Amino acid sequence: MAINAVNLTEKEYLLPGNRLCPGCALSLAYRHILKAFEGQVIVTVPASCLTVLHGMYPVTSVTVPCVNTPFATTGASASGLVAGMKALGKKGLTVLAIAGDGGTYDIGIQSLSGAIERRSDFVYICYDNEGYMNTGNQRSGSTPLGAISGTTPILGKQQSPKDITAIMEAHGIPYAATANACYPLDLYEKVRKAGAIQGTRFIHVFTPCPPGWRFPFSDTIKIGQLAVETGWVVLFEVEGGVFRLTSASESIARRGKLKPLREYLSRQGRFKNITEDQINELQTSVDVRWKRCLNRAGNK
Amino acid sequence: MTEKTQIIDGNRAAALGAMLSRVQVIAAYPITPQTPLTEALSEFVERGELDAQYVAVESEHSALAVCTSASIVGARAFTATSSHGLAYMHEMLHWAAGTRLPLVLACVNRAIGAPWNVLNDQQDSISQRDTGWIQMYARNNQEILDSVIQAYKIAEKVYVPVMVCYDGYILSHTEMPVDVPNQKDVDKFLPPYKPHTILDPNNPKNYNLVTLANPRLNAEGVLCHGYMEIRYLLQEALQNSIDTIVQTGREFVELFGRSYNLLWKDGMDDADIVIVAMGSLAMEAIAASEMLREQGYKTGVLGLRLFRPFPKKDVVNALRESRAIMVFDKNISYGQEGATCSEIKSALYGSGAKAAIRNFIVGLGGRDVTAREIADAVKRSLPSLSDTTLNSEYPQWICHI
Amino acid sequence: MGTRSCGHICGESSPGIGEGGKTGDWGDYQPAIDQEKCLPAKQNKASCFQCWLYCPDGVVSKTIPVKVNLEYCKGCGICAQVCPAQAITMVAKEIGSSA
Repeated sequence: MAINAVNLTEKEYLLPGNRLCPGCALSLAYRHILKAFEGQVIVTVPASCLTVLHGMYPVTSVTVPCVNTPFATTGASASGLVAGMKALGKKGLTVLAIAGDGGTYDIGIQSLSGAIERRSDFVYICYDNEGYMNTGNQRSGSTPLGAISGTTPILGKQQSPKDITAIMEAHGIPYAATANACYPLDLYEKVRKAGAIQGTRFIHVFTPCPPGWRFPFSDTIKIGQLAVETGWVVLFEVEGGVFRLTSASESIARRGKLKPLREYLSRQGRFKNITEDQINELQTSVDVRWKRCLNRAGNK
Repeated sequence: MTEKTQIIDGNRAAALGAMLSRVQVIAAYPITPQTPLTEALSEFVERGELDAQYVAVESEHSALAVCTSASIVGARAFTATSSHGLAYMHEMLHWAAGTRLPLVLACVNRAIGAPWNVLNDQQDSISQRDTGWIQMYARNNQEILDSVIQAYKIAEKVYVPVMVCYDGYILSHTEMPVDVPNQKDVDKFLPPYKPHTILDPNNPKNYNLVTLANPRLNAEGVLCHGYMEIRYLLQEALQNSIDTIVQTGREFVELFGRSYNLLWKDGMDDADIVIVAMGSLAMEAIAASEMLREQGYKTGVLGLRLFRPFPKKDVVNALRESRAIMVFDKNISYGQEGATCSEIKSALYGSGAKAAIRNFIVGLGGRDVTAREIADAVKRSLPSLSDTTLNSEYPQWICHI
Repeated sequence: MGTRSCGHICGESSPGIGEGGKTGDWGDYQPAIDQEKCLPAKQNKASCFQCWLYCPDGVVSKTIPVKVNLEYCKGCGICAQVCPAQAITMVAKEIGSSA
């Protein structure tokens, strides 16, 4: 039976009263990620908003074991946990590496790439709020073209972001997927699926950030869903090389079309200086990628 | 005690030490002159002689991150590196010490660029002396093997990581006779690792969260440390580890017949001029001292085995009555002097010692240091001692400038 | 009284509620649920629960009727936005009041 809000487990692994912002999509995503694993994980986390969610010594707001690790090392830390457990013959727990876009696209990419190349057996989740949000929003490798940030304060970001999921796919991993905190059931199912596969599994989770992207914190779900409705985010999974659209992206592909991207951009203060040229460039890249996804989905 | 004597180089000695210590996770990135050590370990693992997870990391920074996490989960972990590799893992050295993990790292001492140099000096490990690791130096390949095994015993008792340092090429690539202990005796000497950390969903703990400057109450109302108190405990552990290091040396001699302490003393009973050196240089210094003795000087050699924590008490006892102390450093803290010399001066301050101290920078970038050069340097310094200059502003370099 | 007696030799944290304090004090608004519109309450059976699903902090209970833990609700208003029955309104807190 498909998972829904009624049959989804009530057990929470996040305790109330954490320090994350009101309306934080990461908090929402993490709630469901941990549910998907039924808490049977060892988590490793680099410097990131998630570190703040976890709390400050000596109290943590999370009820799963966790190893904090320096910023560049998430992939290596996960490898170490896996190797240690293998050496000790410990089974039954999944190593869950969970890092932000900074810790994945930028400073953490080397150790992640190395871990994947070694075919290390863990799940890696990149939650993407499109900037170094924990330190007040500085541009990252995933920040969109035209977005204002602390380090692109006037001109906005001049480059388009990397396609991290494509980079992961190029490593030849058994499972790569994109998910969105604002489609929690789709996220839950992908995490559950990933949990049951051997090898390095990667999930990119889109997590809108109210203070960083400058929208009211009550609008998080709207913004997240608009991202999919305009094609900024495409929900898909690639399992054993087979591409499949999921959830709302699958519905749009079947019986609809994407809304214009500017409907998504215009609701966020970080795009207030974006130029028409940049909007067109973004719209083109969204259209090209959507077409590619449709082709991949069509080719079974 | 049925040991077998093998003619092996320092890298192989270190690899055998790790194998006999039954390390469970190895993560090491190849770097000259450590590479044969890493290769030997992968050979042991692939042949099934060592039951360990060999993680072929993509950098030294990752190597220590792998070992740190493996150790937190409860596995005995080992890594090795040199020079730039050690520098690359600098942040993780702090992290491992702050987490109080009993890691052992073999540092095959090599010069750090710029400019590029693959040969020996001790700048690499000296540059990490502030990170909170126990640091030991081996004078020969026997001491390398024995120190790796003792390192695990010490580390797992005091929960402080240990760096075993030995000179690149001079020891790492030079073969000499080494008595290799048998596995049974090492198993008697080294019990299994008992981690202080726990990673269990039934009792979830979170390690190394952001820690405030001030103490803070936990959920049960118990006042817990601020950052400073956690760091105080590391320093305290290092201070107290001296007893454990000495005790471990005593237990080692009982089982293996070779004794180890904090210092190596040669001809110290009636010496009034003492040569201080660390690593293989201490052996060269003994030859120099013999030359000087033949010429009528009353010289002795103080070899430092332990550099961190600095064995202050033992050093003061050894040097208190000396007239002259000649410290030879294969490193320099730029803008000041050789690190060993600073440590000696700091230890002797207030002890009543009246010795004049001279510092020589030698052997950087693999520059050969002969016993004759050491002896000549000592002799050249002696006239300056008579005008009672206890200290000199900057060290003397023995080089071709 | 020093901190040594806590027994930690490194930064080892244990779970606790309210790590960030009484986060219910953060917001200017808190959710009010109209039980006559709320679907589980109206039908008296487990259904909908979108507010529970989408709450970032997990402070909505999956009960009939649905309840919000106001001690820790940050007042983000997502529950009000996602409720398909428009049963939730964000109501301004009285000045000087706490949860």
